[in-house]
Amino acid sequence: MATMSLRPCGDFRTTYKQDTVIFDTRNSRWAMVLFLMALYVMVLIPVLAPGVEEAPVLSSLFAPFYNAQYLSLAIQACYWGIAALGLNILVGFTGQISLGHAAFFGIGAFGSAYLNNTYGIPVVLSIPLAGLIAAAVGLLFGSPAARIKGLYLAIATLAAQFIIEDLFIRLDWFTGGSYGSLANSIELFGVTFDTDQKFFLFALSLTIILFVLAANLMRSRDGRAFVAVRDHYLSAEVMGINLTKYRILSFGISSFYAGIGGALYGHYLGFVSAEGFTILLSIQFLGIIIIGGLGSVMGAMLGTIFMVLLPEVMAGGVDIIASTEWGNTPMITNGLAYFKEMAIGAAIILFLIFEPDGLAHRWRLIKAYWKLYPFSY
Amino acid sequence: MDLFFQLLINGIIVGTLYGVVAMCFVLIYKSTQVVNFAQGEFLLIGAWICWYILVQFQIPFVFGFLITLVFMAGLGIFIQMVVLRPMIGEPIISVIMVTIGLSIFMRALVNWLFGQNAVGFPEVFSTSSINIGGLYVQPAYLMSFVISIVIMAGFFYFFKYSRYGLAMRATAFNQQVAQSLGISVKQVFAMAWAISAMVSALAGVVVGMVNGVSSALSFIGIKVFPAVILGGLDSIIGAVVGGLIVGVLENMAEYVDGQFLYWGNMLTIAPFWVLIIILVIKPYGLFGTKDIERV
Repeated sequence: MATMSLRPCGDFRTTYKQDTVIFDTRNSRWAMVLFLMALYVMVLIPVLAPGVEEAPVLSSLFAPFYNAQYLSLAIQACYWGIAALGLNILVGFTGQISLGHAAFFGIGAFGSAYLNNTYGIPVVLSIPLAGLIAAAVGLLFGSPAARIKGLYLAIATLAAQFIIEDLFIRLDWFTGGSYGSLANSIELFGVTFDTDQKFFLFALSLTIILFVLAANLMRSRDGRAFVAVRDHYLSAEVMGINLTKYRILSFGISSFYAGIGGALYGHYLGFVSAEGFTILLSIQFLGIIIIGGLGSVMGAMLGTIFMVLLPEVMAGGVDIIASTEWGNTPMITNGLAYFKEMAIGAAIILFLIFEPDGLAHRWRLIKAYWKLYPFSY
Repeated sequence: MDLFFQLLINGIIVGTLYGVVAMCFVLIYKSTQVVNFAQGEFLLIGAWICWYILVQFQIPFVFGFLITLVFMAGLGIFIQMVVLRPMIGEPIISVIMVTIGLSIFMRALVNWLFGQNAVGFPEVFSTSSINIGGLYVQPAYLMSFVISIVIMAGFFYFFKYSRYGLAMRATAFNQQVAQSLGISVKQVFAMAWAISAMVSALAGVVVGMVNGVSSALSFIGIKVFPAVILGGLDSIIGAVVGGLIVGVLENMAEYVDGQFLYWGNMLTIAPFWVLIIILVIKPYGLFGTKDIERV
């Protein structure tokens, strides 16, 4: 079916191979490739040819790629997106609940900084190694998953979150204690990724690689085993799937992703402090995959973009309200931090009630609508 | 050794409070199969509402407290009807997440309205400590202990002998059968949330009287998890016992830490280590029913 350029009006898949393609038409694949290439080119041109952005016509074209705020949001979307991809493998595909994802995210951030500062391992290598450290800790704290599931597992991971958060302050040889630790910039082939543009390119590349890995994992034998464990774990076990192995493996993979996301976060900020990895961040990650759509790789990215933009939208809304006469009170202007939190909570509740399948489902509906437009029958 | 006994007494008193909150948690879990991550926020809201009424309108404590209870019952029913009812039949992750979303929302809302700093409660009982056998205990603590015991006895009576208690037990046992016997499951659900919210608010007011009202109250909702897991998720007696054990345990950890180990922060963290250990060796707790699953 990948040879077709437009989507057919119905299901004409005849092989399993057709059923598992990532892009179901040639056009959608090319559209994605073109979009990503355009993104690279737009960011790369000002980096490679400084001064281009000041040319008369081009300046307005390149303005968004030079806007520090947009870029930092885009980078945030990358490192959160990576962590959300991991959490989606655990929650969306394997059906395990983790309330401790932020802790593994933090282990990645501290781990990469530690490896780089103490052993001088180049950052490019220390990021995946930090992912492995996080995976190891994830396997350790995920091991109760061999025996417990559902609610009990959620509570176990909640405990893990608090314990690891506490360890961040306690283990000062690893994390620098309450002072935190410094994280160096990324260097690769003699290029230092020190500006936001360059860092965005690195983060985007890493995100694409991990996205493709996650999407392909779900097409593999292990991915199908995860889904089987989620859908009906007893039947899965009867069919010869090793429950313990896949449950713990899923924890490991998810922590690996969280670790890489965290490492990226650490090297982007240049400084890692123990306060950044609270239960609220864990909940935000869960919110991301619920808003995006559980069990959809694309959904994790859509949800990330939603969650990254939500505080910005709230900030904009508060600005508008504060500019009116009755809204300009200290209650409104000082309440932004609370509004952001409230928006996260409200978004999770509203999505669960009104759109439990998330943005990915909405996206499918939009595609289905246009497929048959204007004859919707 | 004095410190040891002082902490032991503290542990027992705090433990009974944990027990009460854990009981509210178990009540909701047992009758509606919802894990309420927003239990701590009920304490927070209850304490703040009571504080606000007392400070703003200067009415006697008893009336202010009654108004708080009525408000909390309404809030519990409202949450059950608007937020939890659409979640019936949804997977467990959705139910967990919706209560987590509620908890974030309510905490942020309350922090926005009332601020995050601790505020002293209007004085209801005298604050000078009472000397019991050489140990100093605050009257409010003593009151909280007595109130907790009364609540527990009330729960026991309610479930054992009252008509509604029987309806709730029947619903907890099997919703479909209960419905077919003429019990309104909807009413039972709403009632469970109302009772849970009211009793949690009571606990919140008691803690607020002793330690002041602040956003730290909502953390008790997290401390409840070690208690209920220890006791068994669906056992009310287990919740009380678990709460007591956790209360004593965290104060003992504090004692051991303060005397010998000097690790710091053990009061907060020790219950979670215990929680993980319990989950690995005895996941259904001391009194919980073991899930037996058939295909």
